[in-house]
Amino acid sequence: MTDTIHTPSAHDQHDAKEHHGPSDMQFVTIFFILAGITAVEVAVSYIDIGPFFLPVLLGLMVVKFFTVVLYFMHIKFDHKLFGRLFYIGLGLAVFVYAAALSTFQFFAG
Amino acid sequence: MSDSLITETVKDAVQIVKDHSDDVHEHDVHAGDHHSGDHDDHGGHHSSLGLSNTKLAMWLFLGSECLLFGGLISTYMLYRNRHSENLGPDQLWDIPFTSATSFVLLTSSLTMVLAVSAANRKDLRNTKIYLGVTALLGALFLAGQIYEFTVFYREGLGFTTSLFSSSFFTLTGFHGVHVSIGIIMLVAMIGMLSKEKVSGDEAEAVEMVGLYWHFVDIVWIIIFTLVYLIPA
Repeated sequence: MTDTIHTPSAHDQHDAKEHHGPSDMQFVTIFFILAGITAVEVAVSYIDIGPFFLPVLLGLMVVKFFTVVLYFMHIKFDHKLFGRLFYIGLGLAVFVYAAALSTFQFFAG
Repeated sequence: MSDSLITETVKDAVQIVKDHSDDVHEHDVHAGDHHSGDHDDHGGHHSSLGLSNTKLAMWLFLGSECLLFGGLISTYMLYRNRHSENLGPDQLWDIPFTSATSFVLLTSSLTMVLAVSAANRKDLRNTKIYLGVTALLGALFLAGQIYEFTVFYREGLGFTTSLFSSSFFTLTGFHGVHVSIGIIMLVAMIGMLSKEKVSGDEAEAVEMVGLYWHFVDIVWIIIFTLVYLIPA
């Protein structure tokens, strides 16, 4: 019966605190990738790529956003609950404000 | 038959609660024996999941901040076309300059993550150096934003000039305030680490400042694209 109940032990607490993630060199590599994406973003803003302009810029923005969240903010390597708390807020914000902007017919144009 | 089933279920439930409370008591005694300095050495405050309450609170706070900035960004998106002909984004934005300040803030995210990494290795010297560099880069970004605001103001774009200007200054101003608070947190952390005034886990304290700083960076990633790069 007691097997079904998980009581945190000192070992669990230690595990929750352990840091498994990228090394310093990997962080530097991630930084250069982010800097490269920023450079591409700026270049795209000067180049006429027609209908791809908006999707490309928004796509690059999302890639940068989640790269920082997953690696620099350590969500990828941390307990899932931390990520869920953040994603709930983020998801709620996107949903609420997309709905609000829709009521003002922002996306109609 | 059903009465006996209910009685058995209640007995089982009572036993589960009893076992659980015994386990928790045993854990507390165990933690007290082996981690009498837990409060000082490892932060000490953990939720029933074995996770840091401080970290849970920080992530919850950052989740709520998404709603704050979501509102400000949405308001800007709604009013970005509400300006006079000669004082709109197309006439005012200096993309190379803003790109440079964005790069500065991105670099500060790298130095921040290196500070957290150094703190996890208990490398106090490098932690303080990286925190200091992060604060300096943050101050440089802030100086760039103040310069940009000054240029816009001299060109005639005040806070109440148009709906566009009000929403723009509110959005970027709020972000600037967050950067300023981040710089204060970084400087305070350096001071506390130097004077050994950090109560609890030092690495976790640095990580909390880091989470806040990275959040400021991801908000700017969105602002840079939606406000500056995508024309109205």
